[in-house]
Amino acid sequence: MVLLYLLAGALFILGLRGLGSPRTARRGNQIAAAGMAVAILVTLFYIRDLDPIHTDVATTVSWASILWWVIIVGALIGSAIGAVLALKVKMTSMPELVAAFNGFGGGASALVAFAEIVAAGTIVGSSAAYATETEVTVALSIAIGVVTFSGSFVAYGKLQGTITGKPVALPGGPYFNLVLVLLMTAASVWAVGFNEPLGYWILAALSLVLGVTGVIPIGGADMPVVISLLNSLSGVAAAMAGFVIGNQGLIIAGALVGAAGFILTVQMSEAMNRSLANVLFAGFGTEGAGPIDAGDKPVNSATPEDVAISLAYAQRVLVVPGYGLAVAQAQHAVRDLADALEEREVTVEYAIHPVAGRMPGHMNVLLAEADVPYDVLLDLDHSNPRFPDTDVVLVVGANDVVNPSARDDASSPIYGMPILEVDKAKTTVVIKRSLSPGFAGIDNPLFYMPSTMMLFSDAKSALENIQEALLEL
Amino acid sequence: MSPEFIQGIVVFVLAAFVGFEVISKVPPTLHTPLMSGANAISGITIVGAIIAAAFAESTFAIILGILAMAFAMINVVGGFLVTDRMLEMFKKKPGAKK
Repeated sequence: MVLLYLLAGALFILGLRGLGSPRTARRGNQIAAAGMAVAILVTLFYIRDLDPIHTDVATTVSWASILWWVIIVGALIGSAIGAVLALKVKMTSMPELVAAFNGFGGGASALVAFAEIVAAGTIVGSSAAYATETEVTVALSIAIGVVTFSGSFVAYGKLQGTITGKPVALPGGPYFNLVLVLLMTAASVWAVGFNEPLGYWILAALSLVLGVTGVIPIGGADMPVVISLLNSLSGVAAAMAGFVIGNQGLIIAGALVGAAGFILTVQMSEAMNRSLANVLFAGFGTEGAGPIDAGDKPVNSATPEDVAISLAYAQRVLVVPGYGLAVAQAQHAVRDLADALEEREVTVEYAIHPVAGRMPGHMNVLLAEADVPYDVLLDLDHSNPRFPDTDVVLVVGANDVVNPSARDDASSPIYGMPILEVDKAKTTVVIKRSLSPGFAGIDNPLFYMPSTMMLFSDAKSALENIQEALLEL
Repeated sequence: MSPEFIQGIVVFVLAAFVGFEVISKVPPTLHTPLMSGANAISGITIVGAIIAAAFAESTFAIILGILAMAFAMINVVGGFLVTDRMLEMFKKKPGAKK
């Protein structure tokens, strides 16, 4: 049986490796799904040997004593909800959905740990049935699982806009959460050290709060980091649940996901030139970048016709998509414009910042939805050398990731963040609703440069208007 | 500590290293599907949920079992389906139009 779980684990590893390359990615996902099917079937087949309480007694329970209806009802509810969510979601809402799925995964791991305590409680009257190290993993899987659960749903709310995307300051700042962690440790010690099941429930309640207060001070621009981290935590929670029920399949899969999520977390933090601790505790943006007075600075305001003309006579155009493009659902409009330009033998490529959009790689998914081939999507390192040779850069709904202050102004809050150096192109067109600052809440000198044309409009209608103007040339 | 527990730690650490090795070279294009795929894999906790559901011995435990099953299944079914939906879009031939 252990070997069969190992097979599932091996399939997960192969699947993840497949997900690493565009050509093999879909098969990779299918391999991972097959691994999951193996794990589920093995569990059902050997279910009689997996009784959490009587494992040491070497008794095998009868098939009839298995509560099949509980398994089936839960599975049907979950499958229906999961399938509907997965098939209905718009690609722009993908970050919210992944956040929600993270939350359900973390929540499930915590529930598994709870079920174990309750089962142990019915048999022996206390949680003393376990070795101390197992109890520690019970506490860990509850704490991590519940934090992932509530944290993910706060992230979901922030991404959807139902909870403010701005950082919310907590009383006492980061110390608030530090105190919570200390209280959680105390509750765990009470639960584990003194065999007091109530401690686990207090731990769960505190964890629920920590998930909320841990995520709510983090600004909307940092959501790619937060989702990656929650992803990592949902894996760690599963691994901890694996220790609780003594199942190596869970430990392998959980550790894999934990590691994968952690790598993405670190990569996202690097893309913003900030340490993970800084993202989590700094409450970025709350310290205020000072009032923004854009009123008296000259801005080159352009019409769609102006933009169409400069695009039509360009040789090389780079599109820099940002969150504004996602909000406006303008991925198809940008593709149509690119097609029109390509008919005029203009080279169109896309420069994508690692934190464009609201989760890692989000822009790539949106553009893929619009049938943009992935080989014209350039990452940061490949884009920057090309800007000086680029005739027109079209910035659609992006702001902070093209802000030259990050390179030039040491006093800027985003100083040091790697940016797309669009200001080095011959002409830069910025499509934006207004001069208002982006998520980081800071002004962007790019908007006032002589080589910059500002087109104030919603991303989608702007792109459509440019395309119309282009056809009339 | 019991031998099984120590064995568990060994497995955990080794699997984490494998995870680091396998993931570190993924291009940014695939970050979103990678994350949702990894997310689906974290639904492995379904194994624990099945056990919890199968041996529930009180009404409360049954409720926990159903919830754990439902949550984990949302994660598994939704995660793999949505990843497949995304990757289907990537798979189209470059230049193909709707």
